[in-house]
Amino acid sequence: MQDFLSSLVSVAFHGLAYGMILYVISVGLSVTMGLMGFANLAHGVFAMAGGYVMLTAINSQGAPFPLAVAGAFVAVALGSMVLERLLYARLYTAGELEQVLFTIGLIFMAVAVARLIYGALPQPVHLPEYMKGQLRFLGRDFPTYRVFLILFSIAIAALLWFGVERTRWGAMVRAAVDNRAMAQSVGVNTTRLFTLTFSLGSGLAALGGALGADIIAIQPTYPFEHLVYFLIVVAVGGLGTLRGPFVAALLIGVADTACKYWIPELGAFFIFAATIGILLWRPGGLYGRAAT
Amino acid sequence: MTHSGGYVADPRFRAIEWLPWLLALLCFFVAPSYLPLGSYVLTMIIFALSLDLVVGYAGIITLGHSAYFGAGAYIAGIFAARVSTEPLTGLAISTVGAGLLGLLTGVVILRTRGLALLMLTLAITSLCLEFANKATGWTGGADGLGGFAIQPILGLFKFDLFGKTAYLYCLVFLFASWWLVRRMVYSPFGASLTGIRENDVRMNAVGAPVYMRLVVSYTISAALAGLAGALLTQTTQYVGLKVLGFELSGELLVMLILGGIGRIYGAFVGPLVYLLAQDYLAKQFPEYWYFGIGMILVLVVMFVRGGILGIVDAGIAKWRGASA
Repeated sequence: MQDFLSSLVSVAFHGLAYGMILYVISVGLSVTMGLMGFANLAHGVFAMAGGYVMLTAINSQGAPFPLAVAGAFVAVALGSMVLERLLYARLYTAGELEQVLFTIGLIFMAVAVARLIYGALPQPVHLPEYMKGQLRFLGRDFPTYRVFLILFSIAIAALLWFGVERTRWGAMVRAAVDNRAMAQSVGVNTTRLFTLTFSLGSGLAALGGALGADIIAIQPTYPFEHLVYFLIVVAVGGLGTLRGPFVAALLIGVADTACKYWIPELGAFFIFAATIGILLWRPGGLYGRAAT
Repeated sequence: MTHSGGYVADPRFRAIEWLPWLLALLCFFVAPSYLPLGSYVLTMIIFALSLDLVVGYAGIITLGHSAYFGAGAYIAGIFAARVSTEPLTGLAISTVGAGLLGLLTGVVILRTRGLALLMLTLAITSLCLEFANKATGWTGGADGLGGFAIQPILGLFKFDLFGKTAYLYCLVFLFASWWLVRRMVYSPFGASLTGIRENDVRMNAVGAPVYMRLVVSYTISAALAGLAGALLTQTTQYVGLKVLGFELSGELLVMLILGGIGRIYGAFVGPLVYLLAQDYLAKQFPEYWYFGIGMILVLVVMFVRGGILGIVDAGIAKWRGASA
């Protein structure tokens, strides 16, 4: 019983950390898909890029951890802004197939570039000393880094909630998600709004990729391998909401960790089956508005 | 994307439609050392044809078509390893099995649209991949399934070391698949598929059984994909995890787009060009190869939406315009 309880706590804790990383990475994708109706399969590329920027800054430049993480966010947010203006913006009105193909093309290119620069192996993660130890809480030890991850992600979620629900930018985003044409006609500059939101979403993905490098290894196949998870979070949660991906990411993080811990012979099988079930039950996702 | 195929086109045979078959036979005699690669190209053409039917004609955007290819490949492998190595029975069972999987999943997922459908197809192939990975007793897991020797076809034609039999075996089934797809596309059934792709609301309004049509085309397409997978297993006498998952689906989509979508022969040109280029370039410059493919994909989407055949069409139209 004691053992079971202990493994329960451990699974919940690690699942929570994993789920929060999934949330930070995927929330941007949820907003892009909900706001612009863009099927961006290349979202994982931004997360991977964030991871590489951070690890390069730490491993070869000796940058301090917080600076490297911030650098990953800024670099990828700026880079994605350029991509959005040059390429993505041309395809907003195109069909789903074009968007899917275009973003698969981006994945191929990113994978090739990553392999060319960094080789095929996962990048080593060197955490600073103060992140390495254990925190003692209620008579149990928890790895400091994961505690930090969870708290930091919760802070981001709160900040995002505030931004979307309480600021002018958030009001414009919500208006454009609900009815783009109407938002445009009352004077919202949707083009600029899209660019800013897209770049913020990509920056968040980079943040998630960088912070989660210890959990989801940074390697060239990253955008292919984990895409399914990011998309599941978005689809299960529902497009264009903040609460949806949050709940979905936690569900998936904990369920996936639990499955791999207790029934490893099933692996990720359960997650995919559950996704199919949820999407059939509610095609728009758990918190989605009317099915798209 | 501009689709040029469909019911509006003239269904009569054009002389140029014999060209692929003449070339395929020519290859058999001229380039015997390329026959194993040739068999692979032929199976991928069948697979691409099946994808063209759903994506190009019915307009169902799927990222999970490898589920049916993989199902066919694994059924053929398991059948050969456990029951019998008779090729035609194995092929038939795999085709029917993949078709059944297509029917079962199609009935369920084709009720949805848009992102949900995209996700469901992706989840299905991921599910199949995870299943094949974990059910090691049946599939061999990451090691794959091999060690079976397929019997001679009809007891007459032995699979030889040079891949001659395998090549002709694949060619025969490609011909049959092509005939079936072409027949379907130029039929009233194909016309209704094109209609659904262009505007499913209106097709519903004029009383077309949209859902049924989609399920039927999806099932047939899945069966064809399964046939291609089974052919791959039988001709290589091995099946591994690579026949499932998002990467193969994505790659196949790339091949189809490269050739040109919704026009049958795009499914011939795309895999041929892609796989030949891959055979030559990917071994020497793997990174540049992937980068180039990604680049071409982006450029095709941005500028030449009809693929290679679209460029050829445009070229011919221009040339005719200039000479007239």
